[in-house]
Amino acid sequence: MLGALCVHAFALDGATMKYQVVIGLEVHTQLTTNTKIFCGCSTKFGSEPNSQTCPVCLGFPGALPVLNRQVVEYAIRAGLATNCSITQRNVFARKNYFYPDLPKGYQISQFDLPICQHGHLDIEVEGETKRIGITRIHMEEDAGKLVHADISEVGDDSCVDLNRACTPLLEIVSEPDMRSPDEAIAYLKKLHQIVMYLGICDGNLEEGSFRCDANVSLMPVGSTVFGTRAELKNINSFKFIKQAIEYEIERQAEILDDGGKVIQETRLFDPNTGTTRSMRGKEEAHDYRYFPDPDLVPVLIADQWIEDVRAELPELPEAKRARYVAELGLPEYDAEVLASSRELAQYYEETVALFPQAKIVSNWVMGEVARALNDDNNRSITDCPVTPALLADLLKLMEKGTISGKIAKTVFDEMYKTGKAPEKIVEEKGLVQVSDTGAIEAMVDEVLNNNPGQVEQYRGGKETVFGFFVGQVMRASKGKANPAVVNELLLKKLKA
Amino acid sequence: MEIFDLTIHELHDKLKAKEVSSVEATRAMLDRIEAVDGQVNAYITVTPEQALVEAEAADRRIAAGDIAPLTGIPMGLKDIFITKGIRTTCGSRILENFVPPYDGTAVAKLKEQGAVIVGKLNQDEFAMGSSNESSYFGPVKNPWNLECTPGGSSGGSAAAIAARTATATLGTDTGGSIRQPASHCSCVGVKPTYGRVSRYGVIAYASSLDQVGPLTRDVTDAALLLGAVAGYDPKDSTSVNTPVPDYLAGLKSGGKGLKIGLPKQYFIEGLDPDVKRAMDEAIALYKSLGAELREVSLPHTEYAVATYYLIATAEASSNLARYDGVRFGHRADEIRGLKEMYAKTRAEGFGSEVKRRIMLGTYALSSGYYDAYYVKAQKVRTLIMQDFLNAFNEVDVLLTPIAPTPPFKIGEKLADPLQMYLSDIFTIPVNLAGTCGISIPAGFSAAGLPIGLQLIGKPFGEATILSTAYAFEQETQWHLKKAPL
Repeated sequence: MLGALCVHAFALDGATMKYQVVIGLEVHTQLTTNTKIFCGCSTKFGSEPNSQTCPVCLGFPGALPVLNRQVVEYAIRAGLATNCSITQRNVFARKNYFYPDLPKGYQISQFDLPICQHGHLDIEVEGETKRIGITRIHMEEDAGKLVHADISEVGDDSCVDLNRACTPLLEIVSEPDMRSPDEAIAYLKKLHQIVMYLGICDGNLEEGSFRCDANVSLMPVGSTVFGTRAELKNINSFKFIKQAIEYEIERQAEILDDGGKVIQETRLFDPNTGTTRSMRGKEEAHDYRYFPDPDLVPVLIADQWIEDVRAELPELPEAKRARYVAELGLPEYDAEVLASSRELAQYYEETVALFPQAKIVSNWVMGEVARALNDDNNRSITDCPVTPALLADLLKLMEKGTISGKIAKTVFDEMYKTGKAPEKIVEEKGLVQVSDTGAIEAMVDEVLNNNPGQVEQYRGGKETVFGFFVGQVMRASKGKANPAVVNELLLKKLKA
Repeated sequence: MEIFDLTIHELHDKLKAKEVSSVEATRAMLDRIEAVDGQVNAYITVTPEQALVEAEAADRRIAAGDIAPLTGIPMGLKDIFITKGIRTTCGSRILENFVPPYDGTAVAKLKEQGAVIVGKLNQDEFAMGSSNESSYFGPVKNPWNLECTPGGSSGGSAAAIAARTATATLGTDTGGSIRQPASHCSCVGVKPTYGRVSRYGVIAYASSLDQVGPLTRDVTDAALLLGAVAGYDPKDSTSVNTPVPDYLAGLKSGGKGLKIGLPKQYFIEGLDPDVKRAMDEAIALYKSLGAELREVSLPHTEYAVATYYLIATAEASSNLARYDGVRFGHRADEIRGLKEMYAKTRAEGFGSEVKRRIMLGTYALSSGYYDAYYVKAQKVRTLIMQDFLNAFNEVDVLLTPIAPTPPFKIGEKLADPLQMYLSDIFTIPVNLAGTCGISIPAGFSAAGLPIGLQLIGKPFGEATILSTAYAFEQETQWHLKKAPL
């Protein structure tokens, strides 16, 4: 019996490994086109079952598929962003098998001529950079889904919802280049980040917009011949993918340790137990009888089209991060965090454009902005009530000395709640910083007079008491005193 | 002359002159169907109520001075055409009660012109057959001799013309399924270039070979009807975006100075003597009209039938997978589980010819055999295509027989599928090459059975074969003979 703890320990303790892990990943990304890949039906998620269907995606007799050009464009984007070569003559093939959620009895996919080939992504694991090969990216249609209802209305029957049938997918197939669960997750997260950056996938794992099959095998350390692999199907979170791979490594290692043979099969991950179980063996493997789909003419992609797509590619996270470090002088950590999502980076860049102090803006975006959004039910940066313009205005007020950094945080919270301009909030709440030397001097005198003991301590050499005086003065001013002036006056008086 | 004897263009003139109304013409046709279709079995479904509603609409349109060439013309459609609200069976039990929710492109084009659809015509099941004996709805009888087959798979469409139960019809041709029955029933049938007519809304048999075409009483009607349905369709990515010529206007340009090729592989020993005689007479006639005739070679002809039966069945095995009992059509009763639903539904729903071809195609595509069969067949197909292109460097059209024999008896070849497959030997290469061909009446056998003549044109050379056919028709009376019914 394998416990979760044991799996964990095993995976962490690489030193005891007799086996080399080999992992290859197949990722299905659902594209964010408005319409399906071969018909004009909507791809919106969560509609009434079968409400988004037509004779084409229902596979009705006589209906014919017509390719959505946007899908090709998205595939080219994905290929260019992952360093692939773009196949200029594309052929769609039929993958034949029977299943109730597959209306035509075949899936239209690409077979021997996928649109993108021979690419790679660089990942970083524990400070090391590693290159993971991408074998191919191909376009295909999704199937529908079965709803196994046990409600009385339909008895034991299963229902078919074909809203998802014929929605466009890119299948991104890696080389078996990953050697640990961490590498697999790093690769997946990177890919996830890229497809979202490209605007071709919403990246929603739970809704199945980004789903992953993992091929896992073990071979003795030093061997060059891959072991027999198991395929782990359709796992819908990064955490589960990691768990599934870890479990699978443990399971296969035990079989091999006992002198047994791993059988090639498809396995399902059960998130409740953290284990995988057999779904179907190789003996039931399909003969898909692939052949070119005679209903679709080959898609020819001209050089110009590829160049047009390349010209419109957004700056990708890696390039962005490097630029933040080189041009804006941000620390690596800040650059990494800000470049991690296209929306966050955009917010940051818009703010910097209005308030060109890169590090201050970074502190605020990663600090107050992130915190506020997080507290607000993980709200998206795209609907942050404090827009880049408002944030820049706030930072300008701080820079001018109108408000202190501390007051700025109060103002920010108010802006987040009300969406009001910072000047207005400062004015309404009377938060303007007091820099008037006379007023502050009076408060300083009062604090020193009221605390003779501490004054004595300070003068006796205990300089840490200084912070106490500053705090007292700020408190007396209700936070509005200019800290620089406070410091200056305190020093003058104490040294006097 | 009865109204149901008229061609499209003759009836059009009478409708336009208001000598007859579409309602009258439609009633006459429905009465004729009632009177003779019991003997012929050309119709699977007759739609009198809808037809009369459409005829009334056509009459209103004509009264308003808006008349297109097909307005008010009673037509039948092969039951392979998807028709919204009208049951569409494709000659199969599996679609016995299938009522489609949409119209295909060709049907929509006919409706736009105001054509009146009187019913859906019998055919070989899923267009698989050369004799119309594989229909779930029973065999069609040849109006020229009720003991003979009308040819297939558009046998109902051809027989309806010969029985004068439709002014014109649409069929489909995958390996000769328009031309061969046209020949056997003495009417005109055109297999257009692949991509000339949209396949959207036509139930697929073999997608890369299927093409929609007209069956009519004369060449003028064929030109007219082809013009009505031809053209690019954004719903069919294999349809070709080239302009449609005015076929009617070009009809009279044919004959003189034309170079006609006679492929030597088509005039072989063993050709039926009656067919041979009809060909010789046709050749002599074209010579007398000033055409230049010369022998050409299509060297890969002998491989055409084998190639066809690999490609067509491979595509069919996949195209017919959607008939699984899940969403429409027949579903077997008393099923336990999914596999049994598929197996029983398909076992009950498909006839033996369809099953035979699904199995052939499944085998040809299966791993380990794909390269040896399907890929090889595609390579041979390219060679056959090249044969035609080479021949067309020398000549304008090719003249060949349509079938090796006049119509055969019902049941005669049923026991021997291979013998049956050979009856399409002269039509199949045109589908593999993707080019166009026409069948026109060219005589009768000693037993009084029709014999057709095939003219094959370059890709998108429909205008040329139509005008060449028209020149022949002008000099002969074959198309005017009526079946004794």
